[in-house]
Amino acid sequence: MAGTAVRGRLSTWQTATVAAVSSETARTRTLRLEVAERAGPGAFQHRAGQHVDVRLTADDGYQAERAYSIASAPGEPLAITVERVDDGEVSSWLTQEARPGDLMEVRGPIGGYFVWESAFGGPLLLAAGGSGIVPLRAMLRERARAGSDVPVRLLYSSRSWADVIYASELDFPAEGVRVIHTLTRSQPPAWTGYARRVDQPMLAEVAWPAASASAGGGGGPLAYVCGPTSFVETVAAGLVALGYPPGRVRTERFGGTG
Amino acid sequence: MPPVSRGFHRKRAAAPADRIPPGQYLTRDFPVLSAGPTPRTALSRWTFSIEGGHEPKSWTWEEFRALPSEQLTTDIHCVTRWSKLDTTWEGVSLDVLLEGMEHDAPYALAFSDGGYTTNVPVADLLGGQAWVVFGYGGGPLGAEHGGPARLLVPHLYFWKSAKWVRGIRLLDRDQPGFWENYGYNMYGDPWREQRYAGD
Amino acid sequence: MDAVTDDAALDGNAIGGLLIEVFGAEMTTAVAICASCGTASQVAELAVYEHGPGTVVRCRACEAVLMAFVRRRGVICVDLEGLASLS
Repeated sequence: MAGTAVRGRLSTWQTATVAAVSSETARTRTLRLEVAERAGPGAFQHRAGQHVDVRLTADDGYQAERAYSIASAPGEPLAITVERVDDGEVSSWLTQEARPGDLMEVRGPIGGYFVWESAFGGPLLLAAGGSGIVPLRAMLRERARAGSDVPVRLLYSSRSWADVIYASELDFPAEGVRVIHTLTRSQPPAWTGYARRVDQPMLAEVAWPAASASAGGGGGPLAYVCGPTSFVETVAAGLVALGYPPGRVRTERFGGTG
Repeated sequence: MPPVSRGFHRKRAAAPADRIPPGQYLTRDFPVLSAGPTPRTALSRWTFSIEGGHEPKSWTWEEFRALPSEQLTTDIHCVTRWSKLDTTWEGVSLDVLLEGMEHDAPYALAFSDGGYTTNVPVADLLGGQAWVVFGYGGGPLGAEHGGPARLLVPHLYFWKSAKWVRGIRLLDRDQPGFWENYGYNMYGDPWREQRYAGD
Repeated sequence: MDAVTDDAALDGNAIGGLLIEVFGAEMTTAVAICASCGTASQVAELAVYEHGPGTVVRCRACEAVLMAFVRRRGVICVDLEGLASLS
């Protein structure tokens, strides 16, 4: 019986209303959603790193669905951050058309692998390529919400400063969190940070040494890598080359169709 | 009826109805759809073969490129519902490749690097209906679109235009290829909307 | 193995929702054993090719097809023959 109930909650499409929209960058927008059957903050009951499937229906019945990582921490109002993909029919609607009161359907939360909670410990190495920052930001907010002091290093690759999502939030990281940006295409004047795609020497400088003493969790550093496939594969292979056990490197690859 | 997302509609360009098969819509992109990783076969190791005739035939890349080729403009229709008009290609006709081959096989199975296969009746490969193409849009065919060479059979759904093609096997009986095994139509005529088995 | 990566290839995280629809449960941490080469992986770590005529899930070690899903007029057809086991 419990199995059926789980399936019902996770696999059915539920109506969601756009509660608020806010621009993060020229191409990305955060949408706060209210899911009708789960009113109240925290009622969505997700884990940091999970995603929802979003389905849009046109008035001729045409439907399209895509997956988006949840940007909010458990307990916060449900939010997704969407990057507009050129010619992407769903991401274009979500980033340019959708306004408070508009409807969509969501399914989830989904994902049991790419999740972090404070009991997992650390130290944490988070690596984000572009919009791969979204689930990692949820993890950072969960860390703060849970009062965890697990040390975190976040390596965040973006094309330019204008493309950095959650820039102001990341400019004031919580204690114990260090954010390292790399800007791969253009940099602001007087930029002293990394200015290239992530490579092995950068990982060697930034990543926790594989033998780092663990805080609270045991087993050494835990890595979460999210972004386009080529980014994820470069970073994951690089961390394993630095001695990270493959089982301590969790990956989530994002696709380009939007 | 699920809730309608105000203002949401499929990206659709205006299209002349007589060129868009039923259930299709016009796209100006060229979506990349694959069932597996992009193979990267060095041209020095590439061959195109015809198996199952009285004598097998095979060409190296140099030999293949020395064959008479032609440029063509055609429409393509993917079973995922996008159609793209006036695509331009350059390749060698199957009429040239099968010329002089002694065989009485009615069917063919095209096979590709990476293990992909798809079946096409031999009659649909002949008479100026099929090519092994190495050029697209005025340049070399990119790897993500099937380069160095792919099969092009534009009168059938585009899954029949096998990317990374390495040859065809002539057969006495029709045999399902990769997608046909998973329930797609053995023939695949977009104008009769033959998407799935039994259509 | 060639080092060039295909940005088209995702991982099992991308089909979490599809797997719930098909299996009725969260499957991204389920362990899949490849019938061709015996490699064991969590579903989230498998190579996924979607948006084509169907969704194809492959073993990262040997590229064999482990699972294939074809959506045919509202019904999902599932082929699991490439799996030795899924638990």
